[in-house]
Amino acid sequence: MTLGLKLDGITIRQGGQTILQIDTAVEPGQVVTLMGPSGSGKSTLLNFIVGSLPGAFEATGRVWLDGRDITKAAPETRRIGILFQDDLLFPHMSVGGNLAFGLRPGGAHAERRAKIDTALAEVDLAGTADRDPATLSGGQKARVSLMRMLLSDPCALVLDEPFSRLDAELRKQVRDVVFALARARNLPVLLVTHDSQDAQAAGGPIVTLGSSFPR
Amino acid sequence: MIRPGLVRLFPILTIGVMLGPVLAGLWGTVLPAFGHLPAAGFHGPNLAAFGLLADWPGLWPSLRLTLTTGFLATTLSVALAFLVLSAGADSRGFILLRRALSPLLSVPHAAAAFGLAFLIAPSGWIVRLVSPWATGWTQPPDIAIPQDPYGLAMVAGLVAKEVPFLFLMGLAALGQARESQSMTVARALGYGQTVGWFRSVFPAVYAQMRLPIFAVLAYSLSVVDLAIILGPTTPPPLSVQILRWMSDPALSMRLVAAAGALVQLGLVIAAIGVWIRCETFGSRLYRHWIWRGNRAPHGAGITRFGLFTGAVLAVALFVGLSILALWSIAGHWTFPDALPEQVSLRTWARQGPDMLQAISATLAVGGIAVGLALVLTIGCLQAETLSRRPMGQRALWLLYLPLLVPQTAFLPGLQTFLISIGFATGTGPVIVAHLVFVLPYVFLSLADPFRNWDTRLGTIGAALGKRPEVVLCRLRLPMLLRPILIAAAVGFAVSVGQYLPSLLIGGGRVQTLTTQALALASGGDRAAIGVWAIGQTMVALLPFLAATAVPLWVWRNRKGV
Repeated sequence: MTLGLKLDGITIRQGGQTILQIDTAVEPGQVVTLMGPSGSGKSTLLNFIVGSLPGAFEATGRVWLDGRDITKAAPETRRIGILFQDDLLFPHMSVGGNLAFGLRPGGAHAERRAKIDTALAEVDLAGTADRDPATLSGGQKARVSLMRMLLSDPCALVLDEPFSRLDAELRKQVRDVVFALARARNLPVLLVTHDSQDAQAAGGPIVTLGSSFPR
Repeated sequence: MIRPGLVRLFPILTIGVMLGPVLAGLWGTVLPAFGHLPAAGFHGPNLAAFGLLADWPGLWPSLRLTLTTGFLATTLSVALAFLVLSAGADSRGFILLRRALSPLLSVPHAAAAFGLAFLIAPSGWIVRLVSPWATGWTQPPDIAIPQDPYGLAMVAGLVAKEVPFLFLMGLAALGQARESQSMTVARALGYGQTVGWFRSVFPAVYAQMRLPIFAVLAYSLSVVDLAIILGPTTPPPLSVQILRWMSDPALSMRLVAAAGALVQLGLVIAAIGVWIRCETFGSRLYRHWIWRGNRAPHGAGITRFGLFTGAVLAVALFVGLSILALWSIAGHWTFPDALPEQVSLRTWARQGPDMLQAISATLAVGGIAVGLALVLTIGCLQAETLSRRPMGQRALWLLYLPLLVPQTAFLPGLQTFLISIGFATGTGPVIVAHLVFVLPYVFLSLADPFRNWDTRLGTIGAALGKRPEVVLCRLRLPMLLRPILIAAAVGFAVSVGQYLPSLLIGGGRVQTLTTQALALASGGDRAAIGVWAIGQTMVALLPFLAATAVPLWVWRNRKGV
């Protein structure tokens, strides 16, 4: 069995026109960066990987995760975490509520609460569990969003330009936290970005979309 | 737990619930129209009913009245709605009028009509205000207003109620028409606000408004409750005459009513056809007008006229409702006094027990219909989410169908149909009939907010391992609490306003606020009319307050919702 995330001969078409082709593998603990101009179908590829490709697109090829073929699996069974450029915290839940929603089911209330407090402490947000997410700063929200994803115990992470809304200082800070925590959990990470500093910081292979495949 | 397969059944179920009664009703109209009504001992087919219809001396005046009032009301409503829209979403007049018109949408037609009648009647408030010092009248003048022979009072009532509807539908369409960019370009090219708006934004908005406009046309050609209060009586518009025939103790008159209902249906279909022909002709003129490229500097005056007229209508409705409220607490109020001599709660106390009963019937029918409509609507929208394919234009036509088929064309038939298959009339069938009209409004009101919900939140929910129904119930619906409650309030107001479904399908045994208020229309008890019209308005409006207040309270600690 091959561990990691493998994109096996994937082609995505819209209205009969090929908009993207890719064939690559992401090993555990590795960050592969996808770069390409806007409109090169990066976000569409991520939608396909997490299982929410809009009906207007057709895709061929297979997605493998830790030796499982998840191409046709329901999105909620894939165990692929995703982060977007917006934090997308659920505004009607407290910070702790957001994390509890992400945390895998099981365990007594006190036990779950302890896990959530530990997770918050891990990203320097101890004591914020009962707060309204709207009262957090941008960097704090990004870290809650990351922890929410990690608490669901994913087998891989895909990141859709997750740092592009943050200013330069914050960007480096949040990026370091994301990569450090992903490495600590030995997760394969697929990063979509058009920022070359993000790609450098990721330290892994860089795949450029849109140039090798003339449209 | 709902399996995804079951969710996919919702669109079919919804179409069935909405169109089933319409089709059954049309079937139940066609048979008696051709002389077949076995339950009453008539066996067809024959054309006797159409013969009787043709022999009715009022037929041609009634048809002429129906067509002139219907087209006049629709044309005026459409023109006025677009003139108000052309003021531009950022202008002050527009914002003021939007605040004024939005609540008016939910005022029941009957209450609005009573208010208008109490305002413009010879013994109404306007005449009282200027009498006797300016007019010298100590007795109300003998003029037939409302119920004037040309139906102008009825047209005014229709326009006052349909302009808010078209305006709010246009408001939704404006968002998709990229108004501000187009207007910036148009103004840079030297066009003024009005002319620029009609040349750059109008086509996109009109295209979105076609179905609502057809619905207004169909409604204006077949309105019953408003016509009973404001329309002429000898002869009345066809729809009112159909109701009279339906209520005739002689069962043979039901055949004539059915024949009249088919004529009514034909009238509406023909009218929509004529409107579409006019659209084609109008678009040719429109292109010619664009081609000329003249800047027409006087355009702004037309928009100001539109805003002014819209404001007059809004004020008339508000004042009308206030007069109703005043009448409801008037102890003794003689002509030509502008205010009652004494104030008392006697009428409220006298009508109280009846009204409580009517309120509970109204709440039961409206509450259940709205609940069912919400379940069906959310089920359909969730099915659309799961299939990841947006609903097509054809589905939108289906949604509008109950609003395009005139009520008088299929409700009498539905009553006949229900009786013929052994279903008694009563509360259950009334709820089904209300659902036919509540559902489109709930769907139209909720669909946009539901679809505009950020689907990335759903993607995150799925990535966190949550099944679609968990994402729906714990993320999407709570975040959409406000639009859901607004849709419920809209649906409830529609249900409160229904007259014909409660009357015909209820077989006289389901007495809602509206049927009770209309029952008073022919009598002269102004205080009682005031009490019932105000009660009806309150019950229709209060859910809107709740829909605004409840989410604020539930999410009081969540600024981001």
